[in-house]
Amino acid sequence: MHDTQALRRTPAVPGRNAVPGAGAAPAPGRRSPRPDWRKRGEIALLSGPALIMFVGFVILPVAMAAFYGFFKWNGFGWPTEFIGLDNYRMMWEDETFRAAVLHNGIIVVLSLLLQGPIAILFALLLNQKIRGRSIIRILIFVPYVISEVIVGIGWSLMLQDAGAVNSLLEKWGLGAFQQSWIADPAIAMGSLMIIITWKYLGFAVILMLAGMQSIPEELYEAAAIDGAGFWKIQWSITVPLLGPTIRIWAFLSIIGSLQLFDLVNIIWGQYIASTAGTSTMATYMYQNGHLAGSYGFGNAVAVMLFITTLIVALIYQRFVLRRDTEGALTGDGGRRRK
Amino acid sequence: MSAESLNTRVAIQAIAPNGSRRVRESGVKWGSPAVYLIALVLITICITPVLYVIIGGFRTNSQITLDPSGFPSPWRLGNYGDVLASSEFWTAMVNSTISAVGTTAGAVVLGVMASYVIARYDFVGRGAMYALFAAGLMFPVTVAITPLYILIRNLGLVNSLAGIILPQIAFALPTTIIILVPFLRAIPKELEEAASIDGASRLSFFWRMVIPLSLPGVITVGILAFVGAWNGYILPLFILNDESLFTLPLGVQNFASQYSVDTARVLAYTSLSMLPALVFFSLFERRIVGGLTGAVKG
Repeated sequence: MHDTQALRRTPAVPGRNAVPGAGAAPAPGRRSPRPDWRKRGEIALLSGPALIMFVGFVILPVAMAAFYGFFKWNGFGWPTEFIGLDNYRMMWEDETFRAAVLHNGIIVVLSLLLQGPIAILFALLLNQKIRGRSIIRILIFVPYVISEVIVGIGWSLMLQDAGAVNSLLEKWGLGAFQQSWIADPAIAMGSLMIIITWKYLGFAVILMLAGMQSIPEELYEAAAIDGAGFWKIQWSITVPLLGPTIRIWAFLSIIGSLQLFDLVNIIWGQYIASTAGTSTMATYMYQNGHLAGSYGFGNAVAVMLFITTLIVALIYQRFVLRRDTEGALTGDGGRRRK
Repeated sequence: MSAESLNTRVAIQAIAPNGSRRVRESGVKWGSPAVYLIALVLITICITPVLYVIIGGFRTNSQITLDPSGFPSPWRLGNYGDVLASSEFWTAMVNSTISAVGTTAGAVVLGVMASYVIARYDFVGRGAMYALFAAGLMFPVTVAITPLYILIRNLGLVNSLAGIILPQIAFALPTTIIILVPFLRAIPKELEEAASIDGASRLSFFWRMVIPLSLPGVITVGILAFVGAWNGYILPLFILNDESLFTLPLGVQNFASQYSVDTARVLAYTSLSMLPALVFFSLFERRIVGGLTGAVKG
């Protein structure tokens, strides 16, 4: 029915060829009142499954955690022993939890300070259209692609007391720098930061390089004509225009640091993480909730982790990200298409 | 330039098939030696630990004990042979494959459908729907894992691959949708009108035009979902107890603690288990990197 209507409206040009020029003709079907139900049905049919999955497995668990967090509960049956905010009080009175929060804070700050400048520097130096670019990109991206478990096991073998790193230091006459990289709580955080930097540096470099691609060539040409040197150009053109990329990278890095679990659990899980000097909120949650069978408490820790991430994300979004990606995370997609 | 058009541009650029980059690359000059030197430094940092694991697998335990940082002399294939002959390795490989393929299929199918709605339908609550999925980017599975475990147990899915595949699909949706929406939106409206004039309903337009046209974007999100599931650790750690269901990350960890004295074999097992991800990644490098950049921008 719709097509006959449409054909009648654009009689001069038959079929498909008509369309580009026929923008003025109203889209058939869309405007009539009845298909509205049909449209709603399509929307529900297409977006329903994704919404159900997302709400069921992402949103619902967070809500469940908020509920369970008020109970003393071993995870079986329906929670009955309501204890109000006791779980949260116990958490904050627990030194090992405060230590874990502190560790998360250190990891957030050091990740930004270590990876950021190093990645920007490498990206500046590598931002040239040269042969072999794609092989370079593949190779520096390798650490990011292999799993945390492999990274953790590989590095913990290398950093053992009788491992490759200490052996190399010995060979190079740097025996004085040998350490118990993993087992010594005083330097464990340093070792963790080395591993984290190694694993995520390539990702940061690739991201910065991608950001640099969108800086217009003419700016560089103009600066060169004005006689600006390489570093002057980088400092006054590349770095400022890279702002949006840097800010998004920092956001991802902060979120990742707050949630850090895999590497720490794989490398230090066998030790008691809180005394190893590298515990995080997530490993604390795993040990004192899941492994200890205290699901009320574990869920309360999950809520803390959620709230911490949410607050940090909102503050960051509000004060840092707002200027370049307005609404990127909050509803840009809903804007009307022109 | 509005954020939106930037997103679209980046997404398109990132996934343009055989994009302009390769064309440029062939006509490109060699850079100065200094640039390659810097690249070499960075590559050395990134690759050495990986090479240590791979090469270490060719040594014997006594070689490793005598000189932890040496090269194999002679090279031994025995460790790799042992691992390849062991059923635990192949079990884990099969489980990982099932998990990753199932997750990819689910995330792509559900993601394309939802993205299509967000990108091309006009309705109240569209912005809210997009914001809901986008907010998921801020919360990786770690945040939800403790209650998620309870939920999966109540569904009777603990100790089953379905118990990790379903949540993995859910947690892959935000990235999938964020990447696909600008891409689907860029399909010209005229095309839809043309199809409509030709008598195609919007659903058949979806199947016959949108899916083929968005294939590059679909491949990108598929790869991201696949690699994410392949490398996933915390979810299997909570959900799977049975060794016969372990995916590779759990298998590697299990193997490393079981045979902790047999360092050479652990190294061989570890390098074999990173091989699939590395091969897969090298094949699709451009799409993964492009997808990530697109995701980050959008």
